[in-house]
Amino acid sequence: MAQPLLKVRNLKTHFISRNRTVRAVDGVDFDVFEGKVLGIVGESGSGKSMTSLSLMRLVPGPEGRIVEGEVLLNGRDLVQLNERQMTDVRGNEMGMIFQEPMSALNPVLKIGEQIGEVLVRHRKMSKRDSRAKAVELLRSVGFPRAEQIINEYPHQLSGGMRQRAMIAMAMACEPKLLIADEPTTALDVTIQAQVLDLMRDLKTNRKTAIILITHDLGVVAEMADDVAVMYGGQVVESGTADMIFENPVHPYTHALMESIPTIHESRDRLATIPGTVPSAANFPPGCRFADRCSLAQSQCHEKMPELREVEPGHMIRCDVVAL
Amino acid sequence: MSVAESEVPVQTSTDTLLEVRAIKRYFPILGGVLRRKVGEVKAVDDVSFVLKKGETLGIVGESGCGKSTTGRLIMRIDEPTSGSIFLEGKDITRMRGEALRRLRPNFQMVFQDPYSSLNPRMSVGALVAEPLIVNRRGSRSEQRDEVVRLLETVGLSADARVRYPHEFSGGQRQRIAIARALALRPKLIVADEAVSALDVSIQAQILNLLADLRKEFGLSYVFISHNLAVVKHVSDRVGVMYLGRMAELAPRDLLYSNPMHPYTQALLSAAPEPKRELRRERIVLVGDVPSPAKPPSGCAFHTRCPRVMEVCRTQRPELRDYGGGQIVACHLYA
Repeated sequence: MAQPLLKVRNLKTHFISRNRTVRAVDGVDFDVFEGKVLGIVGESGSGKSMTSLSLMRLVPGPEGRIVEGEVLLNGRDLVQLNERQMTDVRGNEMGMIFQEPMSALNPVLKIGEQIGEVLVRHRKMSKRDSRAKAVELLRSVGFPRAEQIINEYPHQLSGGMRQRAMIAMAMACEPKLLIADEPTTALDVTIQAQVLDLMRDLKTNRKTAIILITHDLGVVAEMADDVAVMYGGQVVESGTADMIFENPVHPYTHALMESIPTIHESRDRLATIPGTVPSAANFPPGCRFADRCSLAQSQCHEKMPELREVEPGHMIRCDVVAL
Repeated sequence: MSVAESEVPVQTSTDTLLEVRAIKRYFPILGGVLRRKVGEVKAVDDVSFVLKKGETLGIVGESGCGKSTTGRLIMRIDEPTSGSIFLEGKDITRMRGEALRRLRPNFQMVFQDPYSSLNPRMSVGALVAEPLIVNRRGSRSEQRDEVVRLLETVGLSADARVRYPHEFSGGQRQRIAIARALALRPKLIVADEAVSALDVSIQAQILNLLADLRKEFGLSYVFISHNLAVVKHVSDRVGVMYLGRMAELAPRDLLYSNPMHPYTQALLSAAPEPKRELRRERIVLVGDVPSPAKPPSGCAFHTRCPRVMEVCRTQRPELRDYGGGQIVACHLYA
């Protein structure tokens, strides 16, 4: 099997203040391969967004810090880099797109300037060359009027257009890895289909590795090759998308699938998960899902389960179901 | 181009709770030095439908389709530019002031954002009691008891009364909003994206709650959402809106299994589906949604329709009934 492009090992990102520690990301492992999509799924409070910010070394400080772990991009540990070295990586080896394209794009710069900025910074292009390349990039993400769009401001574009412009910006330096944090959540379903198509194209034709972070299981099922389900700052289940969707084993994953209404099925009542997500400032000692789990036994509340393999490549963090 | 009046067979019978007839809501665009009207945003552009007692009508569509504006018109927190709205046979289109206030207990609304729909300076008890106090229902102690009953009905404990909205999660705040909406025992609840801001597992709790309340309180709902799966789950009939117009309106199962309007087909095919074996051929629409300030001529969807014909560019299609209660506005079938 090929070597992963990105290897994340035991990543921990904590927010430490005088009277408490918020363990937003608490020991996360995963691999991302060239030309493949890893979907990271979870609800609010699962730690998925903070994981992506950690990979990009954009954790809000001073309380927030990566306290442990490695993020190996092509063998190089990003956690150990200083800010100047990291700036060379961001936008260059690693591209990022965020949820709200209106807040992620600079409202006072024209689209052409923003995309050009990336090229000037990382490829030392002249302003003129960078504009020409920006037109080319915009065309490649589906803008037929690219020469006009480079002179427009973000507020003149629709949400879907802004997101496509962001993808153009993220891909400007042809990064090997693209991190997309809820890229289509704010978009209408028909526009989402366009943006996902575009991302699929990047994966197939440019062999870009993509980390797709979302709470939308439907999007993950469509786009991801591999999936990691997060809960309470940890990965609770991981495997190929086929494994996770055909055979969700962890009680949380299973409950999540059962609670979502789908277009093609009719259910009278949606299964629900009683209780609420635990606070990252105050995790219980054992399994973090135990107090909401219908299968919990006494040991679950006391001992934190390790990740175990239930079938080759399919891991779960549960002592009850695995055995 | 002349705008056709809908030909929807509008039945007004005794089991009709709400009737909406050819409503339009145009917002003027003011411009120039003298701030004259230079254009209009046609947010709702001739929409008609009927809601029977005990029924849930889902209204689905993407941003800018006019579904939220339609919800506000039904609730009369906005007034239509033209057309009529009947609640239990009474014409409420132009009602205001005391007359409208007297009818308010019959129809209530739950909004999308549980963080802004509750006054942060009022305790939960005061929020839920307010409709009772304003409408002078019961004595002080009866109101207190009712508030406790309502909170328990929505799955919150009585001690929530003394706490403030910011102490609760999004899902809990939405429960508070629902308790408040139920206080006057309305016949109709308009839910505008009521679960969109909630996490998936919380959404499931609220949807189950709404279903239970419908049975317990004999409610009818107009459920507005952009989420096709959620709408399918709660609705008896579903209307699909595009650029201020109703493209298709049909009983739930019929709409989802046999969508007739090309927009409905594209919308359904675009929704991501977790189960691989249930996935269908995807229709990806080209281009973006036009602005409601400059809607296309003829059929509003013609600029993106994969099956566009010449007539679509010039003539607006009328809504026609194709049997089984499936009503579609499309030249393909006319």
